[in-house]
Amino acid sequence: MFQFIFRRLSLVIPTFIGITLLTFTLIRLIPGDPIEVMAGERGVSAERHAELSAQLGFDQPLYVQYFHYVTGVLQGDLGNSLVTKEPVLSEFLTLFPATIELAFCAAIFAIFVGLPAGMIAAVKRGTLFDHSVMTFSLTGYSMPIFWWALLLMLIFSVTLGWTPVSGRIDVVYWIDDVTGFMLVDSILSGEDGAFSSAVAHLILPSIVLGTIPMAVIARMTRSSMLEVLSEDYIRTARAKGIAPWRVIIIHALRNALIPVITVIGLQVGILLSGAILTETVFAWPGIGKWLIESISRRDYPVVQGGILIVATIIIVVNLMVDITYGIVNPRIRHSR
Amino acid sequence: MSLLKLENLSVTFGNFRAVDQISYSVNEGEVLGIVGESGSGKSVSSLSLMGLIDYPGKVSADQLTFMDQDLLSMPEAQRRKITGSDIAMIFQDPMTSLNPCFTVGYQIIEALKTHQGGTKKELKHRAIELLTLVGIPAPESRLSAYPHQLSGGMSQRVMIAIAIACNPKLLIADEPTTALDVTIQAQIIDLLIDLQKEKQMGLVLITHDLALVAEVAHRVIVMYAGQIVESGPASEVFSAPKHPYTQALLASLPESAAGRARLQALPGVVPGQYDRPKGCLLSPRCPYVTDHCRNVEPTSQGSLERQVKCHTPLNTQGRPAA
Amino acid sequence: MTIATLQAPAPRTPLQEFWYYFKGNKGAVSGLVFIIVICLMALFADVVAPHSPSDQARDALLLPPAWMEGGNWAYVLGTDDVGRDILSRIIHGARLSLSVGLVAVTASLFMGILLGLVAGYCKGVVDTIIMRIVDIMLAMPSLLLAIAIVAVLGPSIVNAALAISIVSLPHYVRLTRAATMAEMSRDYVTSSRVIGASPLRLMFICILPNCVAPLIVQATLGFSSAILDMAALGFLGLGAQPPTPEWGSMLADALQFVQRAWWVVTFPGLMILLTVLAFNLMGDGLRDALDPKLKQ
Repeated sequence: MFQFIFRRLSLVIPTFIGITLLTFTLIRLIPGDPIEVMAGERGVSAERHAELSAQLGFDQPLYVQYFHYVTGVLQGDLGNSLVTKEPVLSEFLTLFPATIELAFCAAIFAIFVGLPAGMIAAVKRGTLFDHSVMTFSLTGYSMPIFWWALLLMLIFSVTLGWTPVSGRIDVVYWIDDVTGFMLVDSILSGEDGAFSSAVAHLILPSIVLGTIPMAVIARMTRSSMLEVLSEDYIRTARAKGIAPWRVIIIHALRNALIPVITVIGLQVGILLSGAILTETVFAWPGIGKWLIESISRRDYPVVQGGILIVATIIIVVNLMVDITYGIVNPRIRHSR
Repeated sequence: MSLLKLENLSVTFGNFRAVDQISYSVNEGEVLGIVGESGSGKSVSSLSLMGLIDYPGKVSADQLTFMDQDLLSMPEAQRRKITGSDIAMIFQDPMTSLNPCFTVGYQIIEALKTHQGGTKKELKHRAIELLTLVGIPAPESRLSAYPHQLSGGMSQRVMIAIAIACNPKLLIADEPTTALDVTIQAQIIDLLIDLQKEKQMGLVLITHDLALVAEVAHRVIVMYAGQIVESGPASEVFSAPKHPYTQALLASLPESAAGRARLQALPGVVPGQYDRPKGCLLSPRCPYVTDHCRNVEPTSQGSLERQVKCHTPLNTQGRPAA
Repeated sequence: MTIATLQAPAPRTPLQEFWYYFKGNKGAVSGLVFIIVICLMALFADVVAPHSPSDQARDALLLPPAWMEGGNWAYVLGTDDVGRDILSRIIHGARLSLSVGLVAVTASLFMGILLGLVAGYCKGVVDTIIMRIVDIMLAMPSLLLAIAIVAVLGPSIVNAALAISIVSLPHYVRLTRAATMAEMSRDYVTSSRVIGASPLRLMFICILPNCVAPLIVQATLGFSSAILDMAALGFLGLGAQPPTPEWGSMLADALQFVQRAWWVVTFPGLMILLTVLAFNLMGDGLRDALDPKLKQ
């Protein structure tokens, strides 16, 4: 088992190096002189240019620059935002809880709807329920989620007035930032109605962000389940005289989940990139909105650092998925 | 006393009759061999006994009783109590028939728990007993093994352990050795026959190994294209086959070709959904075919003890009776 | 007996076989029909569209759709905040979306096949390097990577198309490589090699035709994600720039109309959804039809 984890870990390192190379090169691909680009329309004097160039290390050979960049990254130094002058990492850390909260709720929604839907569709194959699940999931899979966000907002917030339009909580509440998670902080604040307001603000964004993962999970669960249900060992289980629900839940689902777990893991990337769109529509103060705003402000260190962090998170999550996969699937756990 | 009795059992998938009106019975402590080519409906008929035919497959019968209980009309929950305890089944490919996600112990204990119950310790003790009974060395440590860690022969022994866990009165073995190495095959058959004698079970042995059936079975049923073409005591059927198909099967055995240059083979294949002949199903392949055979389907002749489905059953010289 | 009268189906040519399975899939056929309609609409946008996409009717700002009170049949789906006909903009937007999709898919298909063939054929170091890069690209969500690329190159429709073709590259590379590796071990490739076929001939004449089926499916599905990503970039202001009638960028400032003009929000997005759905339906149908063995 440890060997298995170790092997997976050793595969992650080159990927991480590749991503640092990518973010490092990205910033140097900007057409024109990076310092002038960063300075924007005001321009810089020649001395200031030389000074900045030395400060940012642009006068050194590329491999030295890369080495400095990577050592900085490993020490948690991702540079400072050109706009706020704050370290990129600390900006990221203040905004990240909002995104985690949103992505987590979206994932919960996706799994708790997608998994049972896919499972029942497989068991009741060919029925109306199966066809509806397949239709809905294909539609969800094809959904431009920014439009889906606008549409749900139009229906539930504007027309029906059931949910708030945007933000994380009603402006009447002043919530102290303790954990960064609004659901937790609103309870800690002890204010009446703060928690329910936080929940109400989360509903639409979570549904929007969870739609594509839900569709993917439902489809994957269905096809995986169909495959497993035709396996010989399911016949064996039934020949033992076990109740049908037990055959499905214990014998089939356990095996069917193996590929689904991988797919759920892959959704983390989709959730994080979908967060960019969802946060933009719902004015959700997370890293997605932060990244887009820094792009339009040409705040390159933030863009560079943000992409690096997000990519790293995705690699780490994929690694964890791989390891979970090994735990669930004995065939992998025992191989070498 | 007869354990299992079926009369005119049919299994249909849409338009296709996989099993076509078969009737037979199995007595207590009896070994019944069912032989036939691939696609002759042997497996499907046995799955229908276990209640394992799924939609769109349909099972119908004039009678399907186990120890005088009607299996077709009883509620599903009640039938499940019989399935896996009184009637058990082992399958063709042991490597894929065990659930890869659970240990051997779990899968044996699950069978025990479903039908008998007991404390954790008792169940574990019983599982070890079963593994010893089927000849698995070091049974205590095997309990925590996963199926992929076992060889094919070991897996089939585990499958047998699961099947006999609740002391079944009838065991159905669907080609239990086809997927195994030749050297292992004999061991598994010996084990099955020993267990059958020890526990006085009824055993339905489905196979295309005629020599094996001749050796171990009391009675034999020959199936062709979903129908029973001949049945009777094993010694009689093999020494004096009445149906041309049985005769052809026996002639195709390497043993019977001793001294001759070529093996006898029956030309053609079992008819499928689209090419079922009008009269006797064997007519396109039968060496003794007549126009009557091509146009009119024969009915079963003789008693349930010795039946043959042919217009012109063979006499003791192996020639069609005039 | 009725069973005896059933006839075995006559053997079909591969193309007939494909069409037999494809036309049995209602979703796939409706997807195909929708795509044909959209393509025709895009081709003849100038004829079909009732107005020019940039014409601003100063006297008809935010006009509701024709069937609503205050609507005008001259502007069937209503007008936007500067009085442009939404229907005309959607029709012209189809042209843009489809051509961006076509360019992006063709570019990445071409590059992907090349890299995949080379990786699968050469193996060793070349393969490792190419696949490592592909893995790194796959570790990033495609939209994020596209955003990063556009952020660097500057927002424009050309850069967006470029970014999309880069991010969809890994799928084609992996697919081609896997198929190449599988075909390489086949006897017919070995025999071609034995009779002295050149590597190029082996790659393009022997191996490539055998990878075509999965590539066609992937390209169809790639079309849908290209259109989706393009719209997302447009929505974020990183794709087509404002006056251009592009479906995503039509929604870029729709947020402010959510409260008062639902039609501005609804129609362009509906169009994206339907088009993407049509491509996905067709892709699924193609996959099933091209590989009947996989059909359940």
